[in-house]
Amino acid sequence: MINFEHVSITYPGATEPVLAGVNLQIPAGELVLVVGRTGSGKTTLLRAINGLVPHFTGGTLTGRILVDGRDTATNPPRELADLVGMVPQDPMSGFVADTVEEELAYGMECLGLAADVMRRRVEETLDLLGLADLRNRPLLSLSAGQRQRVAIGSVLTSHPKVLVLDEPTSALDPGAAEDVLAALQRLVHDLNVTVVMAEHRLERVVQYADRIVIVPGDGESIISGTPSEMMGNSPIAPPVVELGRLAGWQPLPLTVRDARRAAGPLRELLIGHAAPLRIIKGERDATPLTITEKLTVRYGDVAALRNVSITITRGEIVALMGRNGAGKSTLLSTMVGLKPTSAGIVRTNGKDPREIKGPELVHSVGLVPQDPGDLLEASTVAGECRSSDHDASVEPGTTRALLALLAPEVMDGVHPRDLSEGQRLLLALAIVLAARPPLLLLDEPTRGLDYPTKARLVKVLRELAATGHGIVLATHDVELAAEVATRVIVLAEGEVVADGPTQAVVLASPMFAPQVAKILAPEDWLTVSEVRTAMIEQVG
Amino acid sequence: MTGSLFHLPRWLHPAAWWIWALGLATAASRTTNPLLLALVIAVAALVVSARKPDAPWGRSFKFFLRLGVVVIVIRVGVQLIFGAAFGTTVLLDLPGVTSPSWLAGVRLGGDITFESLLLAFYDGLRLATILICIGAANSLVSPSRLLKSVPAALYEFGVSVVVAMTFTPQLVADVDRVRTARRLRGRPTTGVRAIAGAAMPVFEGALEKSVTLAAAMDSRGYGRRGTIRAAQRRMNSALLLIGLVAACIGTYALIAAGSPMALGLPMLIVGVAVCITSITWSARTAVRTRYRPDPWALPENLVAGAGIMIAISFLAASWVSMPGLDTPSNPPTWPALPLLPLLGLLIATTPALTAPELPRTKVAQPRSIEVAA
Repeated sequence: MINFEHVSITYPGATEPVLAGVNLQIPAGELVLVVGRTGSGKTTLLRAINGLVPHFTGGTLTGRILVDGRDTATNPPRELADLVGMVPQDPMSGFVADTVEEELAYGMECLGLAADVMRRRVEETLDLLGLADLRNRPLLSLSAGQRQRVAIGSVLTSHPKVLVLDEPTSALDPGAAEDVLAALQRLVHDLNVTVVMAEHRLERVVQYADRIVIVPGDGESIISGTPSEMMGNSPIAPPVVELGRLAGWQPLPLTVRDARRAAGPLRELLIGHAAPLRIIKGERDATPLTITEKLTVRYGDVAALRNVSITITRGEIVALMGRNGAGKSTLLSTMVGLKPTSAGIVRTNGKDPREIKGPELVHSVGLVPQDPGDLLEASTVAGECRSSDHDASVEPGTTRALLALLAPEVMDGVHPRDLSEGQRLLLALAIVLAARPPLLLLDEPTRGLDYPTKARLVKVLRELAATGHGIVLATHDVELAAEVATRVIVLAEGEVVADGPTQAVVLASPMFAPQVAKILAPEDWLTVSEVRTAMIEQVG
Repeated sequence: MTGSLFHLPRWLHPAAWWIWALGLATAASRTTNPLLLALVIAVAALVVSARKPDAPWGRSFKFFLRLGVVVIVIRVGVQLIFGAAFGTTVLLDLPGVTSPSWLAGVRLGGDITFESLLLAFYDGLRLATILICIGAANSLVSPSRLLKSVPAALYEFGVSVVVAMTFTPQLVADVDRVRTARRLRGRPTTGVRAIAGAAMPVFEGALEKSVTLAAAMDSRGYGRRGTIRAAQRRMNSALLLIGLVAACIGTYALIAAGSPMALGLPMLIVGVAVCITSITWSARTAVRTRYRPDPWALPENLVAGAGIMIAISFLAASWVSMPGLDTPSNPPTWPALPLLPLLGLLIATTPALTAPELPRTKVAQPRSIEVAA
């Protein structure tokens, strides 16, 4: 279906090609997973399939890309629209119409299909993706998971043979992500659509893939193969695969179910080893960093938070979880004084955060917003660091030194917008940390982060907690929460439905349990590294 | 307001709403009678409250009401500062500046009379009413539904307008986000420097978004070439534009007070004829098709008819110089209520009943309220 023949792509102004010598055959009806570090050229590879690269982005393409026999060099994206459906990373940014039904029809209108065909296909697609109840809803009122399904539906109505998705689940909570993946699964099975998808969260998608393509970046050639082949020695792998490698399971399991069936011996081996308790290291300081008491926040007639009473102390890493729209971001913004409260009390550092102004705020609490790019406004990294030192009134060079610790590879002269998603996050983190706020809040820090950057973030967070910072993460990433959190708070419809030590909370819920916990249940192990430590003790 | 004479809920053709609203606006442009103007606003508000959709654009009517108030305040303010005073009821005597001879007629300060303020208020109210009528159409019809009815020859132009319109609310949200970020960095969020600092990220963000949208539209087949040659397509668009401009000039000449009637009607007829020719040509060769085009049936006729009727009633009243259409401000008199325009106003309220109800938007769960910090 898709053939890359000796393809190299060089963007204008770049000296090195992003992709070089790519040879790749993707047969019809396969679900292909493209993995690789941020900035390795995954998105370029995806966008080359429908000709956006180079027709839209510029640059030179050598070699040949054939999609169902059509050459992308001579067919611009609009002429391939009937063949390739492209779902962009942020579905909202690609919407043209304003209600669900019209959005589904837009692509067909451009193709000039007959009215009765359009009508039938819209109805079919509404059913296929479970959108029938939403047909007249304005797109702006949909949740993130619903938007993603509408985005998929809106390209499906043109009956493309190929569907290309760029990180379809990265912004979704675990439940919504499963809905989207189930819909894709159905397309592959029922309609023989070829799906090519890039995704960082391997733990969510690897079991659905027929083939994995690894884009290593730095001009190295790409590798492709079946999931079990590729996962055997891939540098990046989901926890289930890492556990399988650690325990030496053959064949390597890719799903939690297969792993659990192989896990009997491991479970026995671990008997007598208690999973380590997450304790707060360093001196315990009884003074809380932030308190909320019966906090209620309303938007119009919707209560975003109801009667939330929590306390965050030094040395804690708290994971705030819950589905999209549960009020996680609102809680974080209220702690910084961005949102007025309707009832109840918030005290950050003993004060009402809305009363704290300017420099005093950055010295008492730091928030890294969902899109860290919001914080950045200078035109170079160096300029950003200088203005951060000035804002926080600290020694010149403080921010730069922090950044060198967090992300040593970032150069001074780069424009912040040219950094990768992960590097931008670390830059924003460095800026926030420059003022040494005792309380650090992060909103969805791992969205779009690859495994190496995530590992680095985990290390940084642990060190910060050890030196007495209190940290709150709002996240959908159950593996991250299992890895670093000492405590988990689950929000639903603005209410706290669970609040307790990580083990207790995540093990009680199948939705929030990490893969290792699911495999080794009923033992309460959460991460591969915990199991590894225990096995080393066992052997030694 | 529930129930309709036509029980099947559906969207009304956007053009019908616009004809109705423009009819109201035409009527408003013909009078300075504050009672009639207030009634026009009341009619618009009544119909909007009965038939506005539960969608973001449906909430824009309030904004236009506020804009109306601003227009009146500005108009009266300008009169206070620059306007020439007339009448006898002096409210306030401000120190005046006599302008040099080459600026005769422009005045600064001086006497402020009740009569001159009243005239300014009537004038402002008329302008505000026209704006509110446009606002009514805006909140009844979504911009993209209107686009669906734009002739194929003007489609590309229409898309850019609609995209620009949907970007405005997003821009407001972006400004908000950037201000939030400034607060998080401990910087001032008000003042000139704050605005300058916020402008760059907002514009960069907007630019990035438009590039993403362009890529998405390209991938979905926007602008596919059909069988038609480029030269012919350009010729079609040019014809349509010329026709529309001619029709606009004609309409303006017809409704604007004091322009020659002889210019108006022929211009309008020629313009409309050119438009129709171009639209029929391009419809024959268009690649695009329409999904569930809005039908034009009895309700559309009734709504558009109501708009035409109110326009005619006011135009006729002004044609025969019916007393009461203009309220003299010197000396101030209590406005009268002429019968013919009242009748027109009554007809203009009928869309609140004759327009079909809107299809239910099944809102089972509360709106998503995740807000980016």
